[in-house]
Amino acid sequence: MDSYGDLIAADDVLLFVNAAITSTGQREFRSDAGEQRLSLDFLHAYMLGNYRDLYAGVLALDINDYNAVLIIRRLLETTHEATADQRRSEGRLIACRLAMLPPQRVYGLFDALRRARVNNRRTRAIMRDWLSARPDLAFDAVKYRSGLKRALRHAHLAPAAEELGPFVFAPLTRKRYATPLLETWRRAHYEKAALYELPFTAAEGFAAKHGIPRDVFLQRIAPRMTRLETLRLQESAHKRGARGVQADLTRMPLTRLAAYVLSLPVEDRLRRRHELTHALESAADRVAGSHRGSWGKVTAVLDDSFSAFGSAHKRRRPLAVALACHYLLAALAGDYTGLWTSGRTDVLLTYPYGPTPLGRRILDALDTTPSRLVIVSDGWDNAPPGLAAEVLRIWRTRLDPERRTSIVHVNPVYDAVDFDVRRLSVTVPTAGIRDAEDLPALVELAQFTEGRTGLAELITYLDTRAARMLSGHNQGQAR
Amino acid sequence: MTTLDLTGLDTIPSQVWGAVRLVPLVRDEPVDDLRLRPQLYGDAAGLVEVGPRQAYVSYIPHGFVATWTHDGTPAAAYGTQMSADGNSAPAATMGLRFHHRMARRQAKDRLRFLPMHLALEGYLALHFGGPSIAWEEWSQRAIRQGLSPRVEEAYVGTEVHGLGDALRIFEIHPNQCGVMLYVADALAAVFAVPHPDDYRALHPTLLQDLYGELIHHYATLMPPVQEFQARIPDAQIRSLAHLRTAVADQERAWTHFHDTTMATGLLEHMYTWQTVYRMGRFTLSRFLPAFRPKQENHIGEAITDDRGRIAYLKTFRLSENQVRRGHLLSRLAAMGWHLADAAADLGIDEAQLGLRLESAGFGFLLRQDVLDAYCKQERTRNQR
Repeated sequence: MDSYGDLIAADDVLLFVNAAITSTGQREFRSDAGEQRLSLDFLHAYMLGNYRDLYAGVLALDINDYNAVLIIRRLLETTHEATADQRRSEGRLIACRLAMLPPQRVYGLFDALRRARVNNRRTRAIMRDWLSARPDLAFDAVKYRSGLKRALRHAHLAPAAEELGPFVFAPLTRKRYATPLLETWRRAHYEKAALYELPFTAAEGFAAKHGIPRDVFLQRIAPRMTRLETLRLQESAHKRGARGVQADLTRMPLTRLAAYVLSLPVEDRLRRRHELTHALESAADRVAGSHRGSWGKVTAVLDDSFSAFGSAHKRRRPLAVALACHYLLAALAGDYTGLWTSGRTDVLLTYPYGPTPLGRRILDALDTTPSRLVIVSDGWDNAPPGLAAEVLRIWRTRLDPERRTSIVHVNPVYDAVDFDVRRLSVTVPTAGIRDAEDLPALVELAQFTEGRTGLAELITYLDTRAARMLSGHNQGQAR
Repeated sequence: MTTLDLTGLDTIPSQVWGAVRLVPLVRDEPVDDLRLRPQLYGDAAGLVEVGPRQAYVSYIPHGFVATWTHDGTPAAAYGTQMSADGNSAPAATMGLRFHHRMARRQAKDRLRFLPMHLALEGYLALHFGGPSIAWEEWSQRAIRQGLSPRVEEAYVGTEVHGLGDALRIFEIHPNQCGVMLYVADALAAVFAVPHPDDYRALHPTLLQDLYGELIHHYATLMPPVQEFQARIPDAQIRSLAHLRTAVADQERAWTHFHDTTMATGLLEHMYTWQTVYRMGRFTLSRFLPAFRPKQENHIGEAITDDRGRIAYLKTFRLSENQVRRGHLLSRLAAMGWHLADAAADLGIDEAQLGLRLESAGFGFLLRQDVLDAYCKQERTRNQR
């Protein structure tokens, strides 16, 4: 039997995990960036002060990069408070997570540590190890010049390659560089043709310097763009007449793809219906993998009310998550029904509009007698308010006490005021969601939020996730 | 003297943000033959269909400023107006002379409301048939000096705490044609239009609309209001069908509660209606409350169709001061503007009435020498 303290700890951790998955410190539909950050900062401080081990353990879960960076930063800032054992386990988790983060985030983190004047031995060691594990430091020196420069200076490191030091700290003092990329960068200062061999973001600056028209630049730099850069710039490039920027939609991650589809005008979606549907379905297929068709009869209630617009920072994010979940669940389920709150049926043409009659929609969903009901919504049920909670409560207590139907609510929006994602009902587990790809893992995690789960089980779960992440990391290194 | 009848506009569950409660009003069948003047869609033109329609009557809500005149200067519609021809300028406009800087700052054909005090003065002048020339003259003074010498306690919506957020996050219903706006559960305004497209175009203008002093204070001081959470008694629920019935009951319960409890201050009182204009099957009229001091009083404009149903409605909740002034004016008007009679009716003497008029801000209605005489009379009375 757990003590009250343990129950509260388990609750706190789950609440923090939800926050760390959903909140990115950006504006949301109902709260601004300041409120989000303030609320999140409190949670981080609270977790670090009370449950340092669990706080570090959360790094192994599917939390978003923004929060992963915040956790690592706070752990490194308070190194002196940790015991030797804690340092060791934290160090492994941090190294592992850093390897998974995109490099610009890591350089951002190093810069934040520099500004916070954190320069303990552990921090320097972690920076050294991460930099030495970079596949091509010359590439970083070109693409993340200032980031690398500050990191080297802050950690008192000398780069392994002889040329890198001068390149980063006194770049134009050399007549030429032996490393081809560095030499290209030097030539790009004087020669327009050279800049098209640089990474896109570095080339962009040179293009401005040489006054190259945007359409010409985009057309020629297209082969050097990363996958997400292509996706992001495709529409604006096409408007400028640069047809060369063509994203391969079938290779895009599911939620990104959904966000891209939603950014298109309805006429374009109609015209490209076949292509977009195919891309979404194949992305969902890839995520489902071996679990394809294994979830039985699934019904989803998906929120496309006006609040699914998100904010100017996270444009249509909640709706994109719902759309991605729709395709993913269709792939996972044997028999799938998707119900949108607006009552519209053409999934591809969806847009944020109207109120949120969740209660009614959940009733419709229960009518289909699913074995699993998934609700994707920001939890603001307003037509009428609280009806969804009542329907779910009565379903659980009176109509389905044996739990033939498993119900889970996933919520893409962090509610800054409540320090959690907004729940629909206490009888139904709620989990935060950032990318639809994590849905299977989240459904697993959400079971912990239902009723009273012991702290011991939660710690076991965190440990298994950490072990899984560490072994994956070690295998990757071995290769 | 009849009450206000909102038949055809159904109440559906409210949405709450802070102290602001917005109660949507929906129509089963939108009124198709009375539509907002196409020019007024402004930025929202992309959202609604403004193409050629069948014959319809168009309307311009009171206080909307747009470039009506031929020389391109902005003018305000003076009172809500209707016309059969969608392009002619409204008959009654009020020229606005902005300062050079102000005019440059505003986009030429952007849609906006009159400065608040002008709009309010406009209302009062309209309701009491005030001289149009005096009003014109006053407007210039007010514009030149910003908040005029007599501070009218009305606040533009942007000043009402939390209203901007509440309107921004409000989720408009697909067939919503109106809204009842409560602040701290006091009815601030009712706004209803004939068609959902019109409503979508005009929804943001609620923020530029004006609200009484009471509303402003409530919004600043009151804690968030409670949502009316649905509650279903679970004892008799045995199947999904039962649950569905209970859900429908919940929705009806809210509508009933709202219409019989929350909106009574507006719906259960008698109003004096004055028909302004008829066009086709529509009638534009203005209504005045009985000016009961220390109670809820709303003034407004409405367009009704041939069956007497509301097609367009806009109300404004008067502040206590305005109620008092309205009360004075209505007594004066009832007595044929005869000071001595009106004083007798109120149970005071003529000089006291004169001073009351002045303190209510109507000093300018009286000749200066008459007013001076009242003051002197009052002084000597106090000395005795």
